[in-house]
Amino acid sequence: MELNLKKQRARVNYHINSSLKELVLRALFTSAAWGALRSMVKFRFHQYQVVGRGLPTDAEPHPKIYRMKLWATNDVRAKSKFWYFLRKLKKVKKSNGQVLAINEIFERKPTKIKNYGIWLRYQSRTGYHNMYKEYRDITLNGAVEQMYDEMASRHRVRYHGIQIIKTATIPSKLCKRESTKQFHDSKIKFPLVFKKVRPPTRKLKTTFKASRPNLFA
Amino acid sequence: MPFKRYVEIGRVALVNYGKEYGRLVVIVDVIDQNRALVDAPDMVRGQINFKRLSLTDIKIDIPRVPKKKTLIQAMEAADVKNKWENSSWGRKLIVQKRRAALNDFDRFKVMVAKIKRGRAIRQELVKLKRENAA
Repeated sequence: MELNLKKQRARVNYHINSSLKELVLRALFTSAAWGALRSMVKFRFHQYQVVGRGLPTDAEPHPKIYRMKLWATNDVRAKSKFWYFLRKLKKVKKSNGQVLAINEIFERKPTKIKNYGIWLRYQSRTGYHNMYKEYRDITLNGAVEQMYDEMASRHRVRYHGIQIIKTATIPSKLCKRESTKQFHDSKIKFPLVFKKVRPPTRKLKTTFKASRPNLFA
Repeated sequence: MPFKRYVEIGRVALVNYGKEYGRLVVIVDVIDQNRALVDAPDMVRGQINFKRLSLTDIKIDIPRVPKKKTLIQAMEAADVKNKWENSSWGRKLIVQKRRAALNDFDRFKVMVAKIKRGRAIRQELVKLKRENAA
């Protein structure tokens, strides 16, 4: 617990006003969400907020500051991605710019099920396409991970070929995909049709069993 | 063979794999085809894959995603703990746990008791055989 606390404090950047930081930290550590968050710190993709600007020059002593929210596996890659996107939008590069802050963004309510809509641009073998996908998940990072997995399996698109344009939590009424809408049922009920028989730990796995398994739910 | 145990809000299930192995949880909501949101009185609400759950016969009456207090009240009202411990499945698990926690002396006592019981049964059997033969 202590080690995790220190890591969290290190991540929250020291550029933020210190009193605000104390408030945020205290709220995060005492909330129930913290417990749920800590139990699932295994996301492949983390959401970062990167704030940067071009370096001040004589011509431009106060350049505009830009902020971007993006997904990456770690903060080093997040900064790199930030410059990649910023280069495409403004006349600034990493060599003549500076990152002012990079903070990880955590899920506010990781115990609430939400419908996430993700707008993305991906490169297929023949060109670029836009897509809108919906996922049901409890955290945005989880939904993004689902998205990357699905794009890889359905369209053979790897991580570097996908750009996330926008993400949003969609209220149930506005969901477009039947596969997410089918779970919008307060009296949902279905049987588990196929029971997977497996030992409770990998250690107890054996090649041969004495009797055939019972697959009925 | 129709299905008797359904995944539904309020279904009590046993976790059969992973870190939470052996814990009784209540399905509080369904995330998607493979995952449910589960809750138990002494754990933080979280997601779990259906592959890690074994559904039980017990179902409690709760609204979708109830507060912890409501969940505990509903579990008390439905008397989940006693129902589980008196069910054959629950009793088997309790016996398994007891057997796993025996020390050498306990195992010796079990052996002695088994021998005693076997002797009593065999004596009765010999008596009945003699009566029948006669």
